[in-house]
Amino acid sequence: MIGGLFIYNHKGEVLISRVYRDDIGRNAVDAFRVNVIHARQQVRSPVTNIARTSFFHVKRSNIWLAAVTKQNVNAAMVFEFLYKMCDVMAAYFGKISEENIKNNFVLIYELLDEILDFGYPQNSETGALKTFITQQGIKSQHHTKEEQSQITSQVTGQIGWRREGIKYRRNELFLDVLESVNLLMSPQGQVLSAHVSGRVVMKSYLSGMPECKFGMNDKIVIDKQGKGGTTDDTGKSELGGSSGKQSIAIDDCTFHQCVRLSKFDSERSISFIPPDGEYELMRYRTTKDIILPFRVIPLVREVGRTKLEVKVVIKSNFKPSLLAQKIEVRIPTPLNTSGVQVICMKGKAKYKASENAIVWKIKRMAGMKESQISAEIELLPTNDKKKWARPPISMNFEVPFAPSGLKVRYLKVFEPKLNYSDHDVIKWVRYIGRSGIYETRC
Amino acid sequence: MPAVSKGDGMRGLAVFISDIRNCKSKEAEIKRINKELANIRSKFKGDKALDGYSKKKYVCKLLFIFLLGHDIDFGHMEAVNLLSSNKYTEKQIGYLFISVLVNSNSELIRLINNAIKNDLSSRNPTFMCLALHCIANVGSREMAEAFAGEIPRILVAGDTMDSVKQSAALCLLRLYKTSPDLVLMGEWTSRVVHLLNDQHMGVVTAAISLITCLSQKNPDEFKTCVSLAVSRLSRIVSSASTDLQDYTYYFVPAPWLSCKLLRLLQCYPPPEDGAVKGRLVECLETILNKAQEPPKSKKVQHSNAKNAILFEAISLIIHYDSEPNLLVRACNQLGQFLQHRETNLRYLALESMCTLASSEFSHEAVKTHIETVINALKTERDVSVRQRAADLLYAMCDRSNAKQIVAEMLSYLETADYSIREEMVLKVAILAEKYAVDYSWYVDTILNLIRIAGDYVSEEVWYRVIQIVINRDDVQGYAAKTVFEALQAPACHENMVKVGGYILGEFGNLIAGDPRSSPLVQFNLLHSKFHLCSVPTRALLLSAYIKFINLFPETKSTIQEVLRSDSQIRNSDVELQQRAVEYLKLSSIASTDVLATVLEEMPPFPERESSILAKLKKKKGPGAVSVNELEEGKREGGELNGGGERGADTSAIATSNASTPSPSADLLGLRAGPPVTAAAPSAGSLLVDVFSEAGVNDDGFLRDLEPPTESSDSLLAEGPGDSDSAPTPPPSVVSEEPAPPLPESNELLNKFVCKNNGVLFENQLLQIGIKSEYRQNLGRMYLFYGNKTSVQFVTFTTTVTCPGELQSQLNVQSKTVEPLIEGGAQVQQVINIECLSDFSDAPLLNIKFRYGGALQNLTLKLPVTINKFFQPTEMLSNDFFQRWKQLSQPQQEAQKIFKANHAMDTEVLKAKLLGMGMALLENVDPNPENFVCAGVIQTKAQQVGSLLRLEPNAQAQMYRLTVRSSKDTVSKRLCELLAEQF
Repeated sequence: MIGGLFIYNHKGEVLISRVYRDDIGRNAVDAFRVNVIHARQQVRSPVTNIARTSFFHVKRSNIWLAAVTKQNVNAAMVFEFLYKMCDVMAAYFGKISEENIKNNFVLIYELLDEILDFGYPQNSETGALKTFITQQGIKSQHHTKEEQSQITSQVTGQIGWRREGIKYRRNELFLDVLESVNLLMSPQGQVLSAHVSGRVVMKSYLSGMPECKFGMNDKIVIDKQGKGGTTDDTGKSELGGSSGKQSIAIDDCTFHQCVRLSKFDSERSISFIPPDGEYELMRYRTTKDIILPFRVIPLVREVGRTKLEVKVVIKSNFKPSLLAQKIEVRIPTPLNTSGVQVICMKGKAKYKASENAIVWKIKRMAGMKESQISAEIELLPTNDKKKWARPPISMNFEVPFAPSGLKVRYLKVFEPKLNYSDHDVIKWVRYIGRSGIYETRC
Repeated sequence: MPAVSKGDGMRGLAVFISDIRNCKSKEAEIKRINKELANIRSKFKGDKALDGYSKKKYVCKLLFIFLLGHDIDFGHMEAVNLLSSNKYTEKQIGYLFISVLVNSNSELIRLINNAIKNDLSSRNPTFMCLALHCIANVGSREMAEAFAGEIPRILVAGDTMDSVKQSAALCLLRLYKTSPDLVLMGEWTSRVVHLLNDQHMGVVTAAISLITCLSQKNPDEFKTCVSLAVSRLSRIVSSASTDLQDYTYYFVPAPWLSCKLLRLLQCYPPPEDGAVKGRLVECLETILNKAQEPPKSKKVQHSNAKNAILFEAISLIIHYDSEPNLLVRACNQLGQFLQHRETNLRYLALESMCTLASSEFSHEAVKTHIETVINALKTERDVSVRQRAADLLYAMCDRSNAKQIVAEMLSYLETADYSIREEMVLKVAILAEKYAVDYSWYVDTILNLIRIAGDYVSEEVWYRVIQIVINRDDVQGYAAKTVFEALQAPACHENMVKVGGYILGEFGNLIAGDPRSSPLVQFNLLHSKFHLCSVPTRALLLSAYIKFINLFPETKSTIQEVLRSDSQIRNSDVELQQRAVEYLKLSSIASTDVLATVLEEMPPFPERESSILAKLKKKKGPGAVSVNELEEGKREGGELNGGGERGADTSAIATSNASTPSPSADLLGLRAGPPVTAAAPSAGSLLVDVFSEAGVNDDGFLRDLEPPTESSDSLLAEGPGDSDSAPTPPPSVVSEEPAPPLPESNELLNKFVCKNNGVLFENQLLQIGIKSEYRQNLGRMYLFYGNKTSVQFVTFTTTVTCPGELQSQLNVQSKTVEPLIEGGAQVQQVINIECLSDFSDAPLLNIKFRYGGALQNLTLKLPVTINKFFQPTEMLSNDFFQRWKQLSQPQQEAQKIFKANHAMDTEVLKAKLLGMGMALLENVDPNPENFVCAGVIQTKAQQVGSLLRLEPNAQAQMYRLTVRSSKDTVSKRLCELLAEQF
């Protein structure tokens, strides 16, 4: 159970301090500041134990959020809560910054009172919270009796995330598949580790209390259907073989609270009554059959003690009709670099001394293309015997498909009470694949 | 210093620094620094040569970045180039960079040394000063090697500027402190001393620091400085406040110089030359007089400076301890300060008075302030001042005022600060014991102590009260009565229960006649506390119960009932269960006769030095080593006892029980001496014995109580873990020959003649602590090698060798040590020593290890001297003289007459003689000033009886030492060893 929650600015000054339990004293505030924010060493674990007190922190831009406890809590729960807290604050007043927090401190305390009770996390659904915690404090008095009782019944009821009686003229639904692909590759092109972590984010504007059903090319579901669909043995194996390409193996996934888990467990179908507005339906992770959008081929040659020649080729590896965007290759340079000359065929490249790297940016690049950069790095001889460790070349990009291979097969909406059917709902689906930590050793 | 010209402003640097300061986050700062570093690299790499200004600017930036905590691995060359510049600012920045950043094994050191040499030989005083400051700041051994010869020349040269002389003196001091062996004053000594006569006060002030340091090492060479210092001091003291111009500080002439002069004089005994002494006394009197004058200024600086000199003068007076007049005046002066409104002054006054109280001349004078001090103890706000007041009360206590002081301390204890309570308790306990005329008062005091501050009463204190009660028949009844009354309080401290349990168990019968304290009442009272106590106390109470059965047969059935109850006989604690079972059986099987024999009253304990005193000493000076020792001791104790219960009584009981079918009479693990216990396995008692020195409270008790006769032959028979490693050969020599013994190793040896524990050796890298224990002709020594650096030592090997004929006289076996010592870590080595016959040399300990690649090789003498194998012998006066006469052959006697090196304090002398291992015989010599000692040196081959007589002559500050022993070599060696000690 969370004993208290503190928010600090980058200097370590306390902006928000809320203590939920008596075992957390005032000195805990200082303990975190002294031992974590002002700590000498660079590497900071997100969990710190100081004098039998555990501090869990996350950092958003220059703001530190720290949850404190003396008990043996589930750390994952605490972090989930902290992230949720960030989302809630962002939903209320936009970017989390020192100024915004200072301007909204009353609101934040109000939120903290609501979403944590004696250290136990409560409803943290933004949509629900917004119905009764508003930034216009006085306005809430204008709620009618019925409205108030409705809020009560909703918040305490079974479907706490959606209120009844929502009405839209146009029933619309947006679905984003957002993935980030992580890679570590050896200089010879061997994949050392790769995984994709993805999220399905929905924005729904639907009337009434609709029941939704979401389907994707999950391998287990596809296999099961294949089994059910054919009785012929040979046919089954063929189908299984063909679906192997189309279906993906999901390593693990988590769902929004609206998803009926019992149904997922028994039938592996994802059905739910969606909250109104934007929310994250599920999160997942895959490690098999990942489509790597780019291949980086480095070539580093040391010419004597004072010179280094670097050549890097990038190849795009997806359908030529698709366009990758915001491509950035970061080539680290040795610490004793005294001058750099760069030539690149496409995009712009620059030596950034402040980051000890050559940064090569390309705006757009189609699939199945390749591009090259070559750089000459001059070095200053030092009396230091240490050899340069050659950190990996990293890359950033954005591609309009899901590198995991995930496909949305359907999203059906049923609303028996109101008279609109699945076909009347306008649905939008979008895939975005971004780079996570995408590195190639050189 | 030349004025900084306008172009030297270094705008770029200022901009850079302000950029860094404006950075919002650490990341932004790192980015800015990376950018700047890249810029500087490209500038340094650039083909066109940089001018001095930009070079200076960039080196400055690098320095700033380094001081922010980032690594700098270039720019050294540019900094060295700056050294050869002719501009002050550029040179200064160059030196600054070098002294901060250059490490000693850099290749550049040759270039740097060259530049420094050039500057030293230049005629420009600012350049010379810069070079000297750089040498002092780096202060490495390499620097010392290169310049230790040069600097004294500069220091004494006639044409050197005063400012350079100051720098040179302080630089030399710094080099001397880091590598004393390289700074050889030799021919310069007299000229350095004559710097005290220098016209320039700054030079004198700097030189005196150097001389003080040097004279502490070689007092004889610098003896001439005393008269010079005295004359200088008298000139300053007698000067008017305006005479010294720049060196007058708030109307006080040259306060720093005066303090330093007074401190220098404290390195030496009082001057022998009457004129010099007269002049010095005059000076001190003037200083004391000046303290009485009304202040010339109301500023705090004025009084601070004046008081600083005064306190230094007073400590000099105390150091001399020969002028009763001055001592009394100093005491009166301090008495005035006791009521001063400045807290610091009160603190200092109390502190100085503490030392004054130990002087025989001023003791009475100090005692007159007792009311003020007691008042200070009660009303002082600052705890450190209260602590000093408590110390002073302790120091001024004697038989006449003991009762008052102890009462005051006791009443203060109730409100005392928690941090000093334990020490206060010890002090009260010691004073009560030391000055107890009436032992019932003593018992009252200690019981009061336990009542008031039970938590802070350490084991030693209540052990001691039990020892005293047992040894003194006259207080036993009173003690039993008082304890009984004290126990009737509804809530009493556990320590009280312990004392109560023990005393009632032994002497409950003395008060059983009174119906109010009949046996059953006593038992019920004790048993009512039983359930509130911890396991060791319960164990003690069980023992008390079985004693009750013996004392009062009528309680037998009640007690057996208690023992038989499930909470005892099935107790989850093994110790309690075992006691319950065994006592129950003992009481039901044994006949009353057997019971009476087994449970007989405890015999008196042998008289020993109070263990509380040792504890207080330990508390007083918790130096690095003593703390280490303590921890080491605890660790070892834990390991060797198998990590089990280590209470003194429990471990001993456990061993004796394990070996004997019936429980012994060894009730509390106190070795009472019946045959059953004598047969107890030696291992158990040995462990406790050996480690008792380490200050583990419980074990310390046992050591105090145990007669020194048993189990000593098995000292070398270690636990199973050790015994198999005994025959391992000593660690072999790695690569080079062992270095010759250090020049100071003989001194180190002398340090340990009268003590067994301490720091044997210490330099910048390594600290060697020593702890040793001797029993008859056997000894065991623990060496603790502490790595003082943060880098690990590799291939760490030690070898112990016996040079020459020592091989046949001493058998030394050492265990190998681990070859790796982590930074800051400590390893331990055990060395077993057996004395085969008498010897005069000391075994050599060679230590080799690599520190950062460089082989370190040093050889020390192990402090094993013949007197370690002394067995003290008590004898009466006529016995002594009879034996003295028997040893009258000329070669059996060795005599030496020598000057006192230390103050002739009777207590110190006694402690030293006792530390040497002989028995100090009181009331033997007709002259009470003289000391006589007797002892037997135990070697495997023979026993050598030795007698000693030490005659101090306080007027001449001389001693005559006569040693007679049955073997001529022994007499000679003892005489040599001891002559160095006094």
